Amino acid sequence: METLTRSELLFDVDSIREEFPILKRKVKGKPLVYLDNAATTQKPLAVIEGLTRYYSEYNANIHRGIHSLAEEATAAFEASRDAVKEFIGAAHREEIIFTRGATEAINLVAYTWARKFVGAGDEILVSGMEHHSNIVPWQIIAEEKGAKVVPIPVLEDGTLDMEAFQRVLTEKTKLVAIVHASNSLGTINPVKFIATQAHAIGAKVLVDGSQSAVHLPIDVQDIDCDFFVFSGHKVYGPTGSGALYGKKALLEAMPVFHGGGEMIKEVSFEKTTYNELPYKFEAGTPNIADTVALKFALDFVKEIGKKKIHQYEQGLLAYATDALEQIKGLRIIGKAPEKTSVISFVVEGVHPQDLGILLDNKGIAVRTGHHCTQPLMDRFGIPGTTRASFALYTTYAEIDALVAGLERSIKTLL
Amino acid sequence: MTARPRIEELEEEIVENFSLFDSWDEKYEYIIDLGKKLPALEEEHKKDENKVRGCQSTVWLVAAYKDGLVEFKADSDAVIVKGLISMLIQVLSGHTPDEIIQAKLGFIDRIGMTTHLAQTRSNGLAAMVKQMKNFALAFKLQNEAAKH
Ligand SMILES: Cc1ncc(COP(=O)(O)O)c(C=O)c1O
Repeated sequence: METLTRSELLFDVDSIREEFPILKRKVKGKPLVYLDNAATTQKPLAVIEGLTRYYSEYNANIHRGIHSLAEEATAAFEASRDAVKEFIGAAHREEIIFTRGATEAINLVAYTWARKFVGAGDEILVSGMEHHSNIVPWQIIAEEKGAKVVPIPVLEDGTLDMEAFQRVLTEKTKLVAIVHASNSLGTINPVKFIATQAHAIGAKVLVDGSQSAVHLPIDVQDIDCDFFVFSGHKVYGPTGSGALYGKKALLEAMPVFHGGGEMIKEVSFEKTTYNELPYKFEAGTPNIADTVALKFALDFVKEIGKKKIHQYEQGLLAYATDALEQIKGLRIIGKAPEKTSVISFVVEGVHPQDLGILLDNKGIAVRTGHHCTQPLMDRFGIPGTTRASFALYTTYAEIDALVAGLERSIKTLL
Repeated sequence: MTARPRIEELEEEIVENFSLFDSWDEKYEYIIDLGKKLPALEEEHKKDENKVRGCQSTVWLVAAYKDGLVEFKADSDAVIVKGLISMLIQVLSGHTPDEIIQAKLGFIDRIGMTTHLAQTRSNGLAAMVKQMKNFALAFKLQNEAAKH
């Protein structure tokens, strides 16, 4: 008898939920409705048990031991590199540098590539919807170098102002650092088009995939970006895991980041030479366990299938958008035609913090505030929003619970 | 002149009020009601220098010193925080600087606020208390300086 692989089976959210123990939890006496997935996703058993197995069965330091445990741990760590390579469609495994997340990956590029290749008078373009992680590192380097960080404006519907992009993209531009999908609005940016345009004038492109890696199929070769970053914890993986992808030639031309063990070839007081890629950028003992378990998260996603996940989540998004728009006084911020399953909104006369507190009291976890995108909030003239973000384990019933919870909370507050 | 109620007595009143509620839904409704009833601060006071650093909501706090007693007025753009402030004002306003400085404010814990409201820190409740005590301390020092 032929057995069906999981991705050939229908999308079965109930059986998926079985794999996330935390979803059985109660909060404030009510069943948890976890709608803060853009902040971090919950972890499947494959990851939780994988972590335990690593520490129970093959914990060792990697790349240096000759003994069996060290070999097993090294193999698992390097298998994770292959999994990431495949997950984002990189051409070479040595183009994958493990970091503790997107923030560290962006900083790595800022402190090595930008420090070497960005100079006085140069410009770094970012979008007006960037997370602070994709603004502040560039500001630090820009200040040091006498360069400038220039924002690409955001339109009222939450899409990028592509006309303005053409204007601000000039021969001064050395880098375009752009979020693939906005954590606050859900907007999916045309990163492939942006990369083509940027490359035409000789600029490099960094794509912040923190919010896209979990929702969209990723192909860095198709996007043709020079750098791509993401955090493991937002793709059902452990906190403290993540990766930087960089085109090989670029990574090779870049100066080293941290100095220490692992990243060197030979050390002497006269001259130290550096290790080859990717180890050149992985100084010291890395976060072995979490990086090993990252593979289990990516395997989990792969097994279900990105396409199927995307389809399911888009259904949730459409359903929730319709339902929320029925609520009087509620205005959705960010109505781009292409969105990930994230909905930010404001309610006339109601502070997001009050909504967040009352929803929490009903067991519903949403995020309120500026979502680390203050320039974007300023753009819309609001201090913050309430944000509901969905994952592959979110159910239609949970969206109903959100809508009912909102209606009751708004009534109490007004 | 009737004796001024002590801070502890005022705290006790709040704790008793809260003991009447069965659920946090009711407690929040009560706090929201307090927030709605707290008179809005005059616009002229809603300026940056009167802001208390919270995280997500803005709180403005002003204090006046009259006949040896401190009077507080405050406002917020978020109503639950405003309700919490209202309770703090209820307890601390109309007391001497020393009384305010020494107030233990155990009621916050006793009504379950610290354990229930995960955002106690970020909603600025702790910052509010600190700012109120700072005002009291400033008035006390002013007093002592005037005496010399
Ligand atoms: C778009 C975006 N970029 C960067 C980050 C930073 O990710 P991390 O804190 O995992 O490094 C986040 C996380 O919130 C994000 O949503």
